[in-house]
Amino acid sequence: MALLRTILLRLLTTAITLIGVAVIVFVVIRVVPGNPIAMMLPPGATEADIDRLKALYGFDKSIPAQFVIWVQGVMQGNFGTSISSRQPVLGLVLGRLPATLELSLMALVMAVIGGGLAALTGTRLRGGRVEGAIDVANGMALSVPDFLWGLVLILLFGVLWPVFHISGRISPALDLPFATNFYLIESILRLRFDLLADLLAHMLLPALALAIPLAAIIAQLLKQSLKETMHLDYVTLARTRGYSESAVIWREALPNALLPTLTLVGVQFTFLIGGTVIIERLFSYEGLGNMAIDAVINRDLPLIQGIVILFAVIFTGVNLVVDLAYAALNPRLRHG
Amino acid sequence: MSFLSIRNLSAVLEGGPRLLRSVSLDLAAGEVRGLVGESGAGKSMIGKAILGTLPRAVSIVEGEIWLDGVDLLRLPPARRRQIIGASAALIPQDPLTALNPSRRIGPQITDRLVHILGWPRARAEARALDLLAEVQIDNAPRVLRSYPHELSGGMRQRILIAAAFAAEPKLIVADEPTTALDVTVQKQILRLIKGMQERHSTAILFVTHDLGVVSKVCDHLSVLYQGKVVEDAPMRRFFAAPAHPYARALLAATPQYTDPEGSLLPVPDAVIAQVRAEVAKADAGWSHG
Repeated sequence: MALLRTILLRLLTTAITLIGVAVIVFVVIRVVPGNPIAMMLPPGATEADIDRLKALYGFDKSIPAQFVIWVQGVMQGNFGTSISSRQPVLGLVLGRLPATLELSLMALVMAVIGGGLAALTGTRLRGGRVEGAIDVANGMALSVPDFLWGLVLILLFGVLWPVFHISGRISPALDLPFATNFYLIESILRLRFDLLADLLAHMLLPALALAIPLAAIIAQLLKQSLKETMHLDYVTLARTRGYSESAVIWREALPNALLPTLTLVGVQFTFLIGGTVIIERLFSYEGLGNMAIDAVINRDLPLIQGIVILFAVIFTGVNLVVDLAYAALNPRLRHG
Repeated sequence: MSFLSIRNLSAVLEGGPRLLRSVSLDLAAGEVRGLVGESGAGKSMIGKAILGTLPRAVSIVEGEIWLDGVDLLRLPPARRRQIIGASAALIPQDPLTALNPSRRIGPQITDRLVHILGWPRARAEARALDLLAEVQIDNAPRVLRSYPHELSGGMRQRILIAAAFAAEPKLIVADEPTTALDVTVQKQILRLIKGMQERHSTAILFVTHDLGVVSKVCDHLSVLYQGKVVEDAPMRRFFAAPAHPYARALLAATPQYTDPEGSLLPVPDAVIAQVRAEVAKADAGWSHG
């Protein structure tokens, strides 16, 4: 019952957030300089041509009036038509979404595994040289942003020692049997490991660039959290039961140390998704972020709106999942 | 032949003062020995040294801890852990922090049986039910499935006692097990520990600052001051005629339940000066490694 109420409450606040985001984006992209009509017409077009095109896209109306028309469309699942490609925004955006989701989730998995291992190793060997080395590596990983890691990785593994692809999502020459745009998932489900290998060779570097800073944050926070937990009475008591140090960390300390880390990982994961915009551009990866930059360059207002709303939906979705996971891991919330 | 024998145990805080000064004490099988002293006297340190849970900053610089014929301090850490896990246990001070909040009660009692002694799970669970009955907890199956936050402090201390006795240890270190509890609950818990100890004939090292508690459960008593044992006596003799002036002063400073109006005496300055001088003398022949 309590869970249902929590979810309903979250849906309500999510709706309010989305409306706020929609208003801000709608107004901002219309008041900043540069307009889409000028981009579409050849130089020397007449006033009449401009006015006709403006009327066609509805830009002759006031901003509030345009907003009402747009919201009415959205209610019916119509996010408008892209100005640059003349296709429905919804189809374009949803077509790109799987690529970005796969990239972000891959980066998240890499960050959780890498950061988690670093934290556990650092805790197990605390007070020694290994912990010092992990702290130094963490500091370096944290102080360089994801797009710089992208450049470093391109130089290392694309230029100096070209073992990975540095451009695109999949090799264009390949014959794709996929029914959806979730290439990675489908290649696994269809047991097409040749395609999986190609996808991974493309995805590894951008995912790594996104994952490194997040892995460092996870490592640092989880290690700190474990360190505090290791001094608690129930951990000491578990030691007297004859457990090895690793068993004490894994069984007693980790479940409790995960909670504060989880909240932060949720917040940081939304930053990571934001980071895909530049990383996808850098690696010419055909995802939402790359599309967003094109849309801004082309002043494709309906497409920008669609992408921003979709990002907002993803962010609030991530936050909801984090809250639910927190409740699932914390017995005090589950029964409270 | 004593079952636990500590010989000349000294410990120092990293770069700092000595915490234990050549402590020696013996505990026969099935005996209860009180370790008494003011805070910082090192009484908890002794329990931690036996169980191997000393803080990293504390190191043992000399001495032996013989448990059942082996010197724990000469063993490799893994072997030592096994021996402690199989033959000793701790009843901790604060029942509110000594249970893992994210794990159910059941595994916290049976863990040692399953993971260290290799019992089948079903047998360990049956044992847990028996133990909860022994510590007088009703509705045991439900309690085993509960999380710590669903239970009261008194309940949790009973559970910790049950967990300590689970593997029939020969030695239990009880580290101020009633200090964090309500006065009304304290008596029940003391009676419970004493009853369990007698039934299982377990040796207990009972760390406390409360001579009233000692008088109820202990057979022998060691009084510590600044990490030095200043009195080592059977209970009866201690309460009749404590040998050391500090022990005498400590006894005089303890509230008498029979005489609630009686005034409390602080330990006299002269006695403090005397016991400090003894500690200094003990330190004189000893240099920091």
